[in-house]
Amino acid sequence: MDNFPLKKIRNDFPILNSKINKHQLVYFDNAATTQKPKAVIDGISNYYKNYNANIHRGIHTLAEKATEEFEQTRSIVKDFIGASSEKEIIFTRGTTEGLNLIASSLGKFYFKEGDEIIISEMEHHSNIVPWQMIANENKLELKVIEVSSEGEIDINHFESLISEKTKLVSLVYISNTLGTINPVDKIIDKCSRNNILTVIDGAQSSAHKKINVKKLNCDFYVFSAHKMYGPTGVGVVYGKEKILEKMPPYMGGGEMIKDVSFSETTYNDLPYKFEAGTPNIGDVIGFKEAINYIQNIGRENIESYEMSLKKYTEEAIHKIDGIKIIGTSKNKIGIFSFTTKNVHYYDLGLLLDAKGIALRTGHHCTQPLMDKFKLEGTVRLSMAMYNSAEEVDFFVESISKLLRR
Amino acid sequence: MNTIQTQNDIVEDFKVLEGDLEMTLNYLMELGEALEALEEKHKIDENIVKGCQSKVWLTCTKKDDKIIYKGDSNTAITKGLLSILIKIFNNKTSDEIIKTDLFFINEIGLNRFIGTQRSNGLESMEKKIKLLAVTV
Repeated sequence: MDNFPLKKIRNDFPILNSKINKHQLVYFDNAATTQKPKAVIDGISNYYKNYNANIHRGIHTLAEKATEEFEQTRSIVKDFIGASSEKEIIFTRGTTEGLNLIASSLGKFYFKEGDEIIISEMEHHSNIVPWQMIANENKLELKVIEVSSEGEIDINHFESLISEKTKLVSLVYISNTLGTINPVDKIIDKCSRNNILTVIDGAQSSAHKKINVKKLNCDFYVFSAHKMYGPTGVGVVYGKEKILEKMPPYMGGGEMIKDVSFSETTYNDLPYKFEAGTPNIGDVIGFKEAINYIQNIGRENIESYEMSLKKYTEEAIHKIDGIKIIGTSKNKIGIFSFTTKNVHYYDLGLLLDAKGIALRTGHHCTQPLMDKFKLEGTVRLSMAMYNSAEEVDFFVESISKLLRR
Repeated sequence: MNTIQTQNDIVEDFKVLEGDLEMTLNYLMELGEALEALEEKHKIDENIVKGCQSKVWLTCTKKDDKIIYKGDSNTAITKGLLSILIKIFNNKTSDEIIKTDLFFINEIGLNRFIGTQRSNGLESMEKKIKLLAVTV
């Protein structure tokens, strides 16, 4: 923990110096969205100040510059996740739109009546509802892998759910509620040997784990920029080129076409086939700065610092009287969902906010998982690379006092 | 005391807290703790106030044209808010209740302390109180 440049990093995030309710801000709501470093804020501002233009078809200098920066981001994303080509990188508004794109497009040609899709009990609503929608439209069956009391998916149960009708498995890499890191490699391996498509929801993993989609061998990997220090409104669908080629477009409009007439339209090549309309140019360019920022610090360094901070936090929380952690897998990141004996999570969220501590309360968009644990909601503390042991100490001290009331 | 006087008193009480969030929340929780308990048998679905994120139960009885409210919540801060409303509306006629405009919320700036969700919940409680006043 000692040689990590924490002080420098904290200085790079202007918001971390804010006072909230007369206290120094302690931001522990990173699973919802992370804060943005100055480089990202400047990157966006620089685009609007100096080269705002619509991309791809313009011939003037500004349009050339904007196109170049936008496409450079695609290339940087490709390298960041280890994809084979820029054709496999599709920009979206975020993970939710990405999952909807995949489900909707596959729903138009890939499934036949009676086919089965497997998800798990710990999925975010955005990895449940799109599949429910196409299951209803195409008369498919949605099967659900059980989660253990520790918050781990049951691999044996997963294997028992596989049949010759299984056509797709969509699974979260890291649970936004439990923090569990799922053994996606084992699941993808099993699926690829059985000709089952795999979709990995990488919303929580992309900021905290080094991702290589080629090594993982998943068919799709979906994530959001705003959970990895980038702007809101930008996400990525990675898909294997040979599958994306077969998939019909998700939305129609400008940019995604080659030729349009009233009798027939031919679609553009990958990845533009899936990018109808003017994209979120400024924020995509801002996203490039976020990835560069992460790469400069080094993903191994970030992962190792975050893991030691997680360990420190885990031990500290365990010592607090009256707290129960939901999600106790040994294989997890710094996301701690918990309930307390005497204080309702809503009250606790507000009382901690009064101390300048920002965290999330409620069901975290995982209602089926809450049902599983027979809870209405939890308080969730989620960490990022700029959090410190001192912040954890302040949290522990504050919550201990509140629980002793 | 009429509903205007009670509200003026409440505004005065909150002034002492000087807009400090922590003290305001603690004060709300104290008010909630002092609220007369609602018997468990009344904590049923038909007494739940719809539109609140936390659970709020509200019942009332009528005695010589005056209405007496009782309620509870599963969260301490919301219970405090409920106790304020009960203090304002208790022992009033239905006519007085439905004509009351709740100005204390803006005057204290309560929405700043309790957030949008709870402000909506507070509005739902007010609506339920007024609905009960005309239907009891």
